Amino acid sequence: MEDLNIKIKEIFRNFSNDPGNLIPILQKVQKELGYISLPAIEEISCFLKLTESEIYGVASFYSQFRFNPRGRHSITVCLGTACHVRGGSILMEAFERDLEIKTGECTLDKRFDLDGVACLGCCALAPVVKIDNDIYGNMSVIKLKETLEPYE
Amino acid sequence: MNNFDKLITKSKKDWDNLNNSEIPIIYLGTASCGRAAGAEKVKETVLSYLKKHKIQAHFIEVGCIGTCYLEPLMDISAFGNPRISFGNVDPKWAERILEKYLLEKDFFKQKVVGHFGEKPFNDLPSFFDLPMIKPQVRIVLKNCGLIDPENINHYIAQDGYMGLKRALELSQNAVIEEITNSGLRGRGGAGFPTGKKWKICREAKGNIKYMICNADEGDPGAFMNRSLLEGDPHAVLEGLLIAAYAIGASEGYIYIRAEYPLAIHRLNIAIEQMKNAGLLGKNILGSNFSFNIKIKEGAGAFVCGEETALIASIEGKRGMPRTRPPFPVISGLHGKPTTINNVETLGTVPHIIRNGSTWYKQYGVEGNYGTKTFSLVGKVKRTGLIEVPLGTSLKKIIYDIGGGTLKPFKAVQTGGPSGGCIPKELLDTTVTYESLTAAGSIMGSGGLIVMDTDTCVVDVARYFLDFIQKESCGKCTPCRVGTRHMVEILEKICDGQGDVEDLNRLESLAKIVKSASLCGLGQTAPNPVLTTLRYFRNEYIEHIVNKYCPALVCRSLIEFYVVPDNCTGCQRCVSVCPTGAITGPRSEVHNLDTTKCIKCRACLEICRFDAIAGNAIIIRSKEAK
Repeated sequence: MEDLNIKIKEIFRNFSNDPGNLIPILQKVQKELGYISLPAIEEISCFLKLTESEIYGVASFYSQFRFNPRGRHSITVCLGTACHVRGGSILMEAFERDLEIKTGECTLDKRFDLDGVACLGCCALAPVVKIDNDIYGNMSVIKLKETLEPYE
Repeated sequence: MNNFDKLITKSKKDWDNLNNSEIPIIYLGTASCGRAAGAEKVKETVLSYLKKHKIQAHFIEVGCIGTCYLEPLMDISAFGNPRISFGNVDPKWAERILEKYLLEKDFFKQKVVGHFGEKPFNDLPSFFDLPMIKPQVRIVLKNCGLIDPENINHYIAQDGYMGLKRALELSQNAVIEEITNSGLRGRGGAGFPTGKKWKICREAKGNIKYMICNADEGDPGAFMNRSLLEGDPHAVLEGLLIAAYAIGASEGYIYIRAEYPLAIHRLNIAIEQMKNAGLLGKNILGSNFSFNIKIKEGAGAFVCGEETALIASIEGKRGMPRTRPPFPVISGLHGKPTTINNVETLGTVPHIIRNGSTWYKQYGVEGNYGTKTFSLVGKVKRTGLIEVPLGTSLKKIIYDIGGGTLKPFKAVQTGGPSGGCIPKELLDTTVTYESLTAAGSIMGSGGLIVMDTDTCVVDVARYFLDFIQKESCGKCTPCRVGTRHMVEILEKICDGQGDVEDLNRLESLAKIVKSASLCGLGQTAPNPVLTTLRYFRNEYIEHIVNKYCPALVCRSLIEFYVVPDNCTGCQRCVSVCPTGAITGPRSEVHNLDTTKCIKCRACLEICRFDAIAGNAIIIRSKEAK
């Protein structure tokens, strides 16, 4: 808890307490902590003088924000149109099956978390999967294992 | 000579020096699409190769030139020869190409895409004469892939910021008039005349005004704005400054998707460079015009492309649209007059101010002047980012530029989830705001998704509706509940559980959602369903009556099958099958148990791509055995 408080206070230093800063603050908190935790929402509530429900209302509106801890590596499967017609949703199913988790969850060993995204904008190379900051084009269900291997 | 003039002189000199340089220049396309194709690894290889062989060379990372199907692209300019572009360069090829060219002054012809010289060079094709490039008119994308987007001097050497310089010499009204005369319309998709928007905002009462660049490119299947921001960020920023000057704004925002980290990174670099060059802050270029830009990262909500929702999001609220009027140009951000323009619109502005509206109007057709960028993707041979004059036919785009489809063409979706599927019979439709609307679709921001006979239009309609239903902000009932019901009906049809009455239900729901929704998201949401029902009703009927999916996509209606005559018994599919549905000893025809099969396609793909497998696994309809 102490640790969290220090981190959050550090984030608040870069912002004024204008409620218009709510989204950038949430983004920064997620970047530092990996997700939006309940104690973090309480801290933001004190800082911006907004109720916790208002903050949760905004955070849950946007697909970027997560309320569960993340794994060491994040897998993002593109579910855009170009990826869909080239098998994006089938890739997503394969990840869910291989990792034995559902979209938005994290594996038990905390190695991977899994999410879909509306479009990564690399449509010409569909279907596309992003692992951390690496983008893999022309993916296929038979390439999953070898693609995940380097990520420990 | 003032500081900016000095910078111009220096930039032009640096550019000339670079191009006449004795040492080779290596250009690598490292936009997001290039990276997806493996450009980062190529970069490592190139740099370590140069180091290992102690070769002196300039290494420049450039944006996307648009031929995405040839990524990664590496260009080399050396020995006084024109710049030569090499395509599909993996690390191994990068090393071979460098070795052959830099050490032996020779090249592998099979990897050459084209050269950029003005005169013929050897018997290599000119890049600009390639079938994909020749029909295009590149105005907005002029610099993409050719200059270093992280170097403001490169942009200035291409007459960058000369549009701003000219604008500041003109009165604000004269700038607005030039844009009005050019006939430029909003490239975000709605097509509202840009000059008119600026004029209303300029005349609106208020001391404080805001200028916003809408870079919330949310259409799945569209990446024009990302490519432009990654490849030539200064062009958009120059347009933003000109617009701000014209309407009288002193503060600006770029609202950009958080999913585009590279574009955000490059914008931040560009903004720092502008500050250092006196192009931002107080009294820009010695004028009375002062302006600052802030970047706001969107947090993932499709509806935030709608301008009132975008404003709510910048204000830190849930991105929910409100009723209009008042329009943002009268009462927008914090209740002040606000102009919101799309990335491409702003990217076009400097060219118009620099070259004049008469020059711009030579492109396009009456009422639809200029060019439009499109992301050409899906089942087309040459995928990529293109720019064509408005009034170009879809046929020309798909066949001449895109090279057509491998399997027979079925439809093209324009305008993303708000657009519609246009069938083969209407391929002579030209891309103008009006003609696409007449075909039941919309221009939209510029995604063109080509579908062949392997794509099921019912599945595509379900996909778009499902997307919209998830992205609906929930404020108004027709959109929130109506789209949910439409998805349920479409899911039922895809599952083979539909009945003919469902089509009438879909149509009547679509009409209600279209006419009773508050914002553009709901009003256009039924378009994919309405157009597919209009042009491909038979496919719906096949799903409902015959339980047959002609494209063999809808999973409840298909099964996987091993063709005994083709099976080599290589066991590749046995090893990849996650459920043990395929069995069989080596060298004997394998058996696929459809009751265990989950239709994950692993066997199909390994059988198709593995060298010793026989391409023996096929998908067939459950009904028509």
